Amino acid sequence: MNYDRFLNPRITAVPPSGIRRFFDLAATMKDTISLGVGEPDFKTPYAIRNVAIESLVDGETQYTANRGLPELREEISLYLSGRYALSYQPENEILVTIGASEAIDLALRAIISPGDEVLVPEPSYVSYSPGVIFAGGVPVGVMTREEDNFRLLPEYLEQAVTPRTKALILPYPNNPTGAVMGRKDLEAVASFILRHDLFVISDEIYSELVYDGHTHVPFASVPGMYERTLTINGFSKSFAMTGWRVGYACGAPEMISVMNKIHQYAIMCAPRQGQVAAAAALRSGRENGYEEVVRMRDSYDRRRRLMVGAFRDMGLHCFEPYGAFYAFPSVRSTGLSSEEFCSRLLREKNVAAVPGTAFGPSGEGNIRCCYATSLDKLNIALDKIADFVRSC
Amino acid sequence: MTKLETSLLDLLQEDCRLSLEKLSVMTGASMEEVAGTIDGLEKRRIILRYAPMINWDLTDRERVEAMIEVRVTPQRDMGFDAIARRIYCFDEVKSVFLMSGSYDLLVLVEARTLKELAAFVSGKLSPLETVTGTATSFVLKRYKEEGVIFDSGESDRRLVVSP
Repeated sequence: MNYDRFLNPRITAVPPSGIRRFFDLAATMKDTISLGVGEPDFKTPYAIRNVAIESLVDGETQYTANRGLPELREEISLYLSGRYALSYQPENEILVTIGASEAIDLALRAIISPGDEVLVPEPSYVSYSPGVIFAGGVPVGVMTREEDNFRLLPEYLEQAVTPRTKALILPYPNNPTGAVMGRKDLEAVASFILRHDLFVISDEIYSELVYDGHTHVPFASVPGMYERTLTINGFSKSFAMTGWRVGYACGAPEMISVMNKIHQYAIMCAPRQGQVAAAAALRSGRENGYEEVVRMRDSYDRRRRLMVGAFRDMGLHCFEPYGAFYAFPSVRSTGLSSEEFCSRLLREKNVAAVPGTAFGPSGEGNIRCCYATSLDKLNIALDKIADFVRSC
Repeated sequence: MTKLETSLLDLLQEDCRLSLEKLSVMTGASMEEVAGTIDGLEKRRIILRYAPMINWDLTDRERVEAMIEVRVTPQRDMGFDAIARRIYCFDEVKSVFLMSGSYDLLVLVEARTLKELAAFVSGKLSPLETVTGTATSFVLKRYKEEGVIFDSGESDRRLVVSP
């Protein structure tokens, strides 16, 4: 039977994920050391897992309020005001979602009318452009360059904006580059936003993972931006809670209300135990200075330095990433394209990395390597990559 | 303790073969500073030894291990510390801990055979003046020690490649 007449051509036209191809290839090989993961190598701290276990034992298996458990929204509000001096009311300015992923999807569906354009920096997380298309919009890539430390600059935004532009997705700290945006960089973007009266979806999922004296600046804290920014964050990266699927969106009551409308019909609520665990994570973090987060961050930082140092020693140019847990070295000096480099590295050395092109055309010439891997595996993988580079 | 000292201890505990160069890169301190700090930690006996974690059960070395709960009576000129010192002088004794609870010292002993171990307990340990009683349990299987999993090892459960 031909399914074409049933399937939405707008969806079928979206190309398969570049990550997926590598996943399928890597899955066929044995004893691969993967630097291609996008999640922490820590398990959720036991105390947090235990709270969820006890919640299950107590029989807490029902739906929660659509917007999320009140105690979780309260904790999110306290977290944002305590950490970043951002004020969001739990009753109507916070929505608990299935990961930050659902928050992004809801935001796009809430704001896009057919044909609206959304600016998407490149390279960046694979889901943004498809999300815009699924919502009926048009994603417009905005180049970021290694020479600029992959920061988003107004001059490239100006080249991409049109009268149809509705919003900008702002993903910092950034996956795959590890780039961060300082206050001055964000203020320059803010001027652009005001000039063109745009909305901003700020994906700050890596906000706790910034290193070497850098501090995360939420975009909503930049003057003039609070009322036109949706702040998205979650627990996956900072608390190693990827599989629990809990995230949140914070913004104006009108925006949250429309997002909740979609959420309540499509999803009902985020998983209950995920919410219970997330609330416990924030509560204990408030009490103990987020010591688990600090412990994980310090561990990432040591491995970040190791990885970046190793790439530079082997002759690959690697800009210094101050956020997330990825390095994005350039492989141009080998003469191979990103895809060729990664395919050959996998086949010849059993090391998996992700080609930069999986994150947008601006990623050509770079590869993404995750340093959230055990120290011994990291050392072995880096030695193998060095061998491979020498042989190119 | 400085942040550098704590970082170096964490790193060396995970892998004591890390070179000075790698330790320097990972901590952001110069090699001289790293070397000097490690030197200081050794002198203060915070770092006592650099040793790998060996799973002897996978070798053909014959051995028997036991944990012995030892009850003692500290005497006027021989407190717990002196008793522990007397016990740990025996070559067979791998570890000695002073414990709270129903006994005083936990002594980990290793010998080549059961007979040898029994001979140690009855011939050397129990006859000590300050020892009032012992209870010996044999180690049957090691699952996890010092944070290292011994049996099948933990596999990485993450998807091999993910966005």
